[in-house]
Amino acid sequence: MAIPIIYNVRSVKARWTSTIVAVVGVAGTVGVFVAMLSLARGFKATLVSSGSADNALITRAGATSEMTSGVSIDSVKIIQDAPGIARGAEGPLVTPEAVLMAPIPLLSTGTDANVQLRGVGPNVLTIRRNVKIIEGRMFRHGLNEIVVGKNAKATYSGLTLGSTIGLGSARWQVVGIFDAGGSAFDSEVWGDAHLLNGAYNRPDTFSQSVTVHLTSPAALQQLKDTLTADPRLNVDVVREIDYYSKQSTRMTQLITILGGFVAAIMAIGAVFGALNTMYSAVAERGREIATMRAVGFGGASVVFSFLFEALLISFVGGILGCLAVLPLNGLTTSTINFQTFSNLAFAFKITFDLLWMGVIFALIMGILGGMPPAIRAAGRPVASALREL
Amino acid sequence: MKFSRLILANLFRKKVRLILTIGSFAIALVLFTFLAVVKSAFSRGTEIAGADRLIVVSRIGLMQVLPISHADKIAAIPGVKAVTHNHWFGGVYQDERNFFPQFVIDPENQRKVMTELVVPDDQWNNFVKDRQGAIAGKRTAERFHWKIGDRIPIKTTLYGGNSGEFNLDGIYHSDKPGGDESQFWLQWKYFDENVPAVLKSTAGWYVVKLNSPDDAVRVAKAIDDKFANSSFETKTETESAFAAYFAKQFGNIELLIITIGSVVFFTLLLVTGNTMAISVRERTSELAVLKAIGFSGRAVLFFVLAESIVIALVGGFLGLTLAYLAIPVIGLALTGLLPPLILSKSLLTLGVGFALFVGAASGLLPGIGAMRMRVVNALRRA
Repeated sequence: MAIPIIYNVRSVKARWTSTIVAVVGVAGTVGVFVAMLSLARGFKATLVSSGSADNALITRAGATSEMTSGVSIDSVKIIQDAPGIARGAEGPLVTPEAVLMAPIPLLSTGTDANVQLRGVGPNVLTIRRNVKIIEGRMFRHGLNEIVVGKNAKATYSGLTLGSTIGLGSARWQVVGIFDAGGSAFDSEVWGDAHLLNGAYNRPDTFSQSVTVHLTSPAALQQLKDTLTADPRLNVDVVREIDYYSKQSTRMTQLITILGGFVAAIMAIGAVFGALNTMYSAVAERGREIATMRAVGFGGASVVFSFLFEALLISFVGGILGCLAVLPLNGLTTSTINFQTFSNLAFAFKITFDLLWMGVIFALIMGILGGMPPAIRAAGRPVASALREL
Repeated sequence: MKFSRLILANLFRKKVRLILTIGSFAIALVLFTFLAVVKSAFSRGTEIAGADRLIVVSRIGLMQVLPISHADKIAAIPGVKAVTHNHWFGGVYQDERNFFPQFVIDPENQRKVMTELVVPDDQWNNFVKDRQGAIAGKRTAERFHWKIGDRIPIKTTLYGGNSGEFNLDGIYHSDKPGGDESQFWLQWKYFDENVPAVLKSTAGWYVVKLNSPDDAVRVAKAIDDKFANSSFETKTETESAFAAYFAKQFGNIELLIITIGSVVFFTLLLVTGNTMAISVRERTSELAVLKAIGFSGRAVLFFVLAESIVIALVGGFLGLTLAYLAIPVIGLALTGLLPPLILSKSLLTLGVGFALFVGAASGLLPGIGAMRMRVVNALRRA
């Protein structure tokens, strides 16, 4: 026979101070756990969403990022005629890109941070279809004009529509703001590849990487085979989405290790808190428990009843923890991207399954914290417990 | 102390509770120390930067190179003791996960400028003679179990078809605690012979050693003025400003850590405060008896406070010991991602102080309650 649930709800209410302590302990732990995971996920999602499955990125063989890569203009000419590359009205959908960095002051602190500058080809908007101009217009090739990602505009000073900024040895006018759907491109500034190379004293015969639009995602293998077999070329061909997800590994690893350790330690603390609360609940209710046993409730019912109480406390804590960090969802923050040394804006990403994991985490803490006291409650001899008090 | 037996007896009245409370304290201390250690690792560069060193980079961006001829011009500026130049190599050892910073260095001046990074003379002389030589930091050498004489393959895109294999001629260590022992140094001459034409006769950045730290602002300005309006303008900062520039780009890590820290602090205060309150409440009649037989209110407050402080101290020491054991393990998991985690003496002292404070604060409220309680009421209630 089961002990009515209302008994547990009432006894939780009767000991509300120690209950609150246990609830806060669990809530804090779950909050940190969910916040850390959402941070790691948001960072990863930002980079992964930068790539698309039907684009391929071509770099010098062995390059770990665009920063250490270089593809000559002769190679670009060979690449653009390769099979598997889609064609638009103005020829093959290929954008040879120059990747540079410029120190620009942050709006928040006034100190410089590195913005990634990307010199792009004329076809770029047909190749990166997730990029849309939301204010102003696209820059014109051959002019000192730039377009700015929406996060870059919000992070750095002097990147608003219509303003002029010095980059390298030239001055540039901001003629448009683009939205790249929350991807890494949103933290970038784009301009004409030839002019940017010129402003940074770079030879115009090299680009850092070439991005091509494939006829279909499956065409990658064909393109890869053709390009890597060509003796005139020395390049790596990767799907754009893979390139970006690889860039996120070091930072997500860092956040996961740090966050995991902190959450694990806090979980032990929270279990201690729950144990303390439940042990004092059991101790204070010695006579009640004995009475219940005396009127015929079995040991299993008592264990279940106390376990339920612990789960109730941890469940409330878990829900509160999730609710407390929910406002973080979508909040944009920025950090350094280890692979490119440039600043990357990204948003906390709290998904339903993360909240779900948070609640399960809380319930596990509840079981660990509730089980030993529950067993002790059931194990006490009835007669002596009734005599005690 | 004549009441120590009473305090001890009270402590052990509920053993499970005692263990759990001490455990909570220990856990909180582990977290506190860990967060503090991580925070200091993020800002390490700034803390250990030499006050008498300047970093000269290209005005237009960090990845832009400067001509090697800048070196002599900088050295000619009054107040400059020595100049050395570096390049970022950015190669890969076996796998990208095995990251460590690789610098192409100038053997002539490296030791004059980076005085705290020490290489034994015989190893250094071998390195200078060996064009394909390399010197590794102690931490990196230990991480990959390298020995002097090993050939280290570094994959690079810079050397065209040529091999990126280097001979490990020496291992350096830092005689300044917390110094960066993870770098890998290569010879500039070999670099210069093999790189594409655009990188020939260039330096990534210069490091300038000053005669006196007081000269920093003047010399920095003199360097930038010297190259103003040339095609390779410079931006000169102190080493600590340069390091801060990197640390800041990590974003709000500091805020995040402080937030978690205060959540932990608050929770801990709540948990122990509550436990102390419960144990005092349970003993109301005993304390009333103590007062009835002549102990003053202050003595009762002292008993309660002593109990909570003992719990805090034991828990605190336990936590610091745990942190001391756990931090090297976590540090190992983070190699290549963060600078080494260092648990300093001042941090340990701070931890003990923190434990004392929480112990005192959590005992104070119930203690004052016990001090003020009226004996008659308390005795009647029991």
